[in-house]
Amino acid sequence: MMTATPTEVTTVTLSINGQSVTAPAGTLLIEVCKKLGTEVPAFCYYEGFSLQAACRMCLVEIEKFPKLQASCTIPVSEGMVVRTESPAVVAARKDMLEFLLSNHPLDCPVCDKGGECELQDMTFRYGAGESRFTEIKVHTPEKQWSPVVFYDAPRCILCYRCVRVCDEGLGVGALGIQYRGVGAEIIPNMGDHLNCDECGACIDICPVGALTSGAYRYKTRPWEMNHVGTVCTHCSNGCKTTLGVRTDEIIRGNNRDSSGINGEFLCGKGRYAFDFNKHEDRLTSPLIRKDGQLVEVSWSEALKAVATKFSETQAAGGSFGVIGGVHSTNEENYFLQKFARQGLKTANLDHQRTGDVPALLDALSGKSDVLATTDDLYNTAAALVIGSDLAQQHPFLAYQLRANGRHHNARVYTVTPGKVREADYAAASLTYGSTSELFGKLDELRDRLKAEPELVILFSDAIKGADVAKLVAYGDSLGITVKYVALVDYSNSRGALDMGLLPTLGPGYHAAPVNGLAAPDMLAAGLDVLWVVGADSGKGNAKFTVVQDMFLTPTAAAADIVLPSASAYEKSGTVTNVCGQVQKLKPAVRTMGTKPDLEIMGLIAREMGLNLGIWTHDHVLTEIRSGVAGYNVPLPIIQTGGAAQAQPVNGRVPLDGRPELVQSAQDTLFTSGTLGRYSKALTSVIEYPGKLYSDNQ
Amino acid sequence: MLFNEPHPLETRVLTKRMHEPGYNGTVEAYERYGGYKQFLKAVEMTPDDIIGEVKTSNLRGRGGAGFPTGMKWGFVPRQSSKPKYIVVNGDESEPGTCKDRVLIENDPHLLIEGCLIAARVVGAERGYVYIRGEYRYLIDIMERAIDEAYRAGWLGQNIKGTGINFDLRAHSGAGAYECGEESALLESLEGKRGNPRIRPPFPAVAGLYASPTVLNNVETFAAVPSILEMGGKAWADLGIEKAGGTKLTCLTGHFNKPGVYELTLGFPVEKMINEVGGGVRGGRKMKAFIPGGSSCPVLTGDEAWPLTMDYDSMAKAGSMLGSGGVILMDETTDMVKAALRIMHFYAHESCGWCIPCREGTAWLKKLLTRLDAGSGSARDIDLVGDLAKNMLGRTFCPLGDAAALPTMSIVKKFRHEFEAKLSRPVSVPVTSPDQLVSLG
Amino acid sequence: MTFSPDLEARFEKLVASYPEGRTRSAVIPMLMYAQDELGAVTPELVAEVAKRCKVPPIQVEEVIGYYSMLHRKPQGKYHVQVCTNISCLLVGGEELYHHASKKLGIGHKQTTADGIFSLEEVECMGACSWAPAVEIDYTFHHHVTPEKLDQLLDGLKKPQ
Ligand SMILES: Cc1cc2nc3c(=O)[nH]c(=O)nc-3n(C[C@H](O)[C@H](O)[C@H](O)COP(=O)(O)O)c2cc1C
Ligand code: SF4
Ligand code: FES
Repeated sequence: MMTATPTEVTTVTLSINGQSVTAPAGTLLIEVCKKLGTEVPAFCYYEGFSLQAACRMCLVEIEKFPKLQASCTIPVSEGMVVRTESPAVVAARKDMLEFLLSNHPLDCPVCDKGGECELQDMTFRYGAGESRFTEIKVHTPEKQWSPVVFYDAPRCILCYRCVRVCDEGLGVGALGIQYRGVGAEIIPNMGDHLNCDECGACIDICPVGALTSGAYRYKTRPWEMNHVGTVCTHCSNGCKTTLGVRTDEIIRGNNRDSSGINGEFLCGKGRYAFDFNKHEDRLTSPLIRKDGQLVEVSWSEALKAVATKFSETQAAGGSFGVIGGVHSTNEENYFLQKFARQGLKTANLDHQRTGDVPALLDALSGKSDVLATTDDLYNTAAALVIGSDLAQQHPFLAYQLRANGRHHNARVYTVTPGKVREADYAAASLTYGSTSELFGKLDELRDRLKAEPELVILFSDAIKGADVAKLVAYGDSLGITVKYVALVDYSNSRGALDMGLLPTLGPGYHAAPVNGLAAPDMLAAGLDVLWVVGADSGKGNAKFTVVQDMFLTPTAAAADIVLPSASAYEKSGTVTNVCGQVQKLKPAVRTMGTKPDLEIMGLIAREMGLNLGIWTHDHVLTEIRSGVAGYNVPLPIIQTGGAAQAQPVNGRVPLDGRPELVQSAQDTLFTSGTLGRYSKALTSVIEYPGKLYSDNQ
Repeated sequence: MLFNEPHPLETRVLTKRMHEPGYNGTVEAYERYGGYKQFLKAVEMTPDDIIGEVKTSNLRGRGGAGFPTGMKWGFVPRQSSKPKYIVVNGDESEPGTCKDRVLIENDPHLLIEGCLIAARVVGAERGYVYIRGEYRYLIDIMERAIDEAYRAGWLGQNIKGTGINFDLRAHSGAGAYECGEESALLESLEGKRGNPRIRPPFPAVAGLYASPTVLNNVETFAAVPSILEMGGKAWADLGIEKAGGTKLTCLTGHFNKPGVYELTLGFPVEKMINEVGGGVRGGRKMKAFIPGGSSCPVLTGDEAWPLTMDYDSMAKAGSMLGSGGVILMDETTDMVKAALRIMHFYAHESCGWCIPCREGTAWLKKLLTRLDAGSGSARDIDLVGDLAKNMLGRTFCPLGDAAALPTMSIVKKFRHEFEAKLSRPVSVPVTSPDQLVSLG
Repeated sequence: MTFSPDLEARFEKLVASYPEGRTRSAVIPMLMYAQDELGAVTPELVAEVAKRCKVPPIQVEEVIGYYSMLHRKPQGKYHVQVCTNISCLLVGGEELYHHASKKLGIGHKQTTADGIFSLEEVECMGACSWAPAVEIDYTFHHHVTPEKLDQLLDGLKKPQ
């Protein structure tokens, strides 16, 4: 907000604690100090949100100013002489902390935030050892605003970070302020409770223990946990989530260090919906149908039974069908298609398709650098969202666009079947009744989009098949640089496509040597063996079904053999997000009795005597990197928790002409397929299951 | 209605009409006494000429800060893609101040004319008179006057064929001292909580609805027609160097004849108290003197007597002219209690935005309550001074300073009174938690 | 929600007073005038004002607790506000407040059992030169003495 437009950037030279620094004119002093490594403490200042200058912690001395100045709101100027550690500054900090602590309960030993509290840290560094406050503190009881959000007013220091992240960051505006003076406190939008995204951004951003998480509170002390940074396993946006783990139990999800592609963003799924992992219905033992009943058996018995069945069917020239999962890792999906094509010699291979990526790649053939990343969404001058309630279905992408609008005045256009939250700041928001009207609506926007310097188009399953080429032709007709995102639903929906879990396409969108059946056809084909890995596809009329899953889904319940698999939070491997960015999972916990799908497949292969290569994720990743188009991603980046964009095939892609198979599951912020149903945190919120295109203000 | 007898030592410029027999403040009456002529004159002048006259007049803002009005108007960008606004600060909440009320009640068209001239200068087409909610009857008066002005053609489109358009409305506050602070007032006028804004940008550049805005006190706007009428120079000459004209001065507290009087700037304090105000109540000694509302540092009687009522003289003595709300305290006054009552006010009115003011005023109120009740310790007296000092100059807006300054001065100048209370037996008949001042 | 024709007319004028898209400006005055008619800011009123001013209800909620004249609890038929701020304090404002409290048998922000009077100890209300001052509803009374206050209150209590 304080940044000048590129044309008028001039640099100024100033002095901070005697050190000469240059910075673009207009940069906030606190940011320049930070870059210099000079810490200026602050509660209310939070990069990216509107300025408050309310906490007065960041006061510094600037020559020629009679009073100390709030460095969070002062733009640097030529010749400024700044002192951030002078006696006056140090005294002011100490005094502010003394004021702040006057009404703040000193219940650190039982406060959830203890050990990670900014107030505690600042008092330790800058504060006074004893308090001169001997009056009675204001006390009000703690309030529960939702199953996951609690507010303790006395601990609140009124930095308004929560109010701003909710309003400016999410566009929800569910938090406000009530009363004034020392009685001021934060209030939820429904009087005594919240009706919101339940994203918990307010909890994360709270510098003290005023806002606490219903999923975490009073369970542990932060220092008793291990913090494992991994990738959320729910939607396709691929946010980094840091799982707090104690004795093999995930206790908390947050984004502790804001280091992922998602910065400070995380939605409710990434934050609370890890609890499916320890749901009491988790499968922990292989099951085999005996006398019509699924009974628990040992792993060796189950693996042997699967291998025997597979080998016998193969020997008898029987038919196979393989359906893979949208949460499985790239390594698993790659290995699965290899197993199917090379091991079982079947081309019947598919998964739950939620966005038409192959059609997009085909239509873009010959163009380079046309797939947008999540960073592009934050930096593009303009974006067009088609057919998605982005804030509900792709919350991180929505967050990026909103931040872009806020920070860079990006123009966002939406063309959707109903009202979307983006409308509150969008340059234009059009709605359509049926998809047949969609291109007509796009025509209405054509002239405005032509005037944009560049554009990112995000489109859902509302555009698929031949319409995708039509959309790209539309993009071409604008005469500007256009990048695309084909929206898909789940944490590795994109990876399943890239790894070739399709009846006509192999890894990297190369034509499969032989074409097979698509999922619905498989289910109807009376196959001898159907193998479902991490999907609730149904078994159709298959004669024998093997299912690998975490839960006894309807498909698993109808299966002949069920193998309990590990969750994404229990294994290694890579996943690819909706924008094609590859990130690495890190195992946080283990569930006794389960195995990662990759290991299960490897053991079946071994049992069958197949040679499909070593089945550790590292080996499979090496094979993917060398063999799958676009997947030669730099290892150091992904190994250090970064994201690298896969650059898939850039040529014609043979399409199977079945666009009707592309169907978004239309998940909301509170649903996430099977996983969502097993998350008590998600199903407990009153908004569950939520509705798309509803006015949720 | 006038609330007190006029005094011969007054110099009636802004209040001249209201003292005429039978003057009722209607548009007809106003026109009869030459009203709206200065606006027509302003239409013939260039904006720069008008600003020039205002600068020459040495008019300084009457809301408390005393910023030169001509200079402020000059900050409004001439070219702007945004509409411009005139905003009148009629929040009048500074304890000891009750002068804007006199102007609006008795001569509302004077204010409208002042607004029109300002609108003419900057090219504003809309204005709002923000009046504190407690002054509901004044809002009604203002609205009636505005309706009259519309009917008489002094507001609306193409006013009197000048090609100038100007719409004016009265807007009700709802009880918040902080909404007198200009940026908080703008927030309030936009329908929000009255939290102050970060400045720069100043209202002249980004005020109401982030548009260029001229924001002044009622009395400031009301002074403008007379400046054009008399000429800036003659108006300036009424006062003293660097502070022109007259000031509506509110004599409150222990005067024999309290009231609102229009006095020239630089009027001697002694003459003001003894002649205009009829002397100290009961012929007692003056113990303390606050020149311009409870936000100003307190002067002792000895300090105050030789001064004159103007910005520089008060600043030199360590206080401020403020809003013209004079508070006189005679020798019977309990200064600890005065300090407590003042802090009670600021704690009640702190908007809560920034830490030092929000927490500091609340803490000080508790501390002063104990000291006043006789259960404080010597260390507490130092703490009062210390905490006030720790707030000073570090809060977001000047309300924090307003709370700190009088407190620091009372502790410093009347410390013995705090000490005298230390051993008093405790008896605190608190009737309700919010009523901590009423200690018998 | 429906209001009296007068109030409806006032609202119409109010909403039209602000530029296009700035109806949020009408929130506070609208609450003030509606509160006078309804006796308090009710939850229905919050929803109604939010609707009329085109803002989310929480933005209306936020101001209620901020402005001291807006209240959620109904006050007495006559709301007696006694100033005890410094200028009034110096000339008997506090005694006046205690007198009123004793006479009415209620304290700060309380209402008499018959609902006729409520009492509030208020901050400076701009009557300092004619102190001590009392404001009953929106009517100012200056130079008020305990005797004068008695007369005032007794006069109001008489059924008209
Ligand atoms: C806490 C606070 C309260 C104020 N209250 C008022 C007020 O009630 N009326 C007023 O005119 N100015 C008030 N002011 C001063 C205004 O901020 C502003 O300076 C003034 O309205 C500008 O007008 P002027 O230049 O004509 O004085 C207040 C300032 C502060 C810091
Ligand atoms: S000093 Fe701070 S808390 Fe006090 S009124 Fe100003 S901004 Fe609000
Ligand atoms: S001090 Fe009572 S009205 Fe001002």
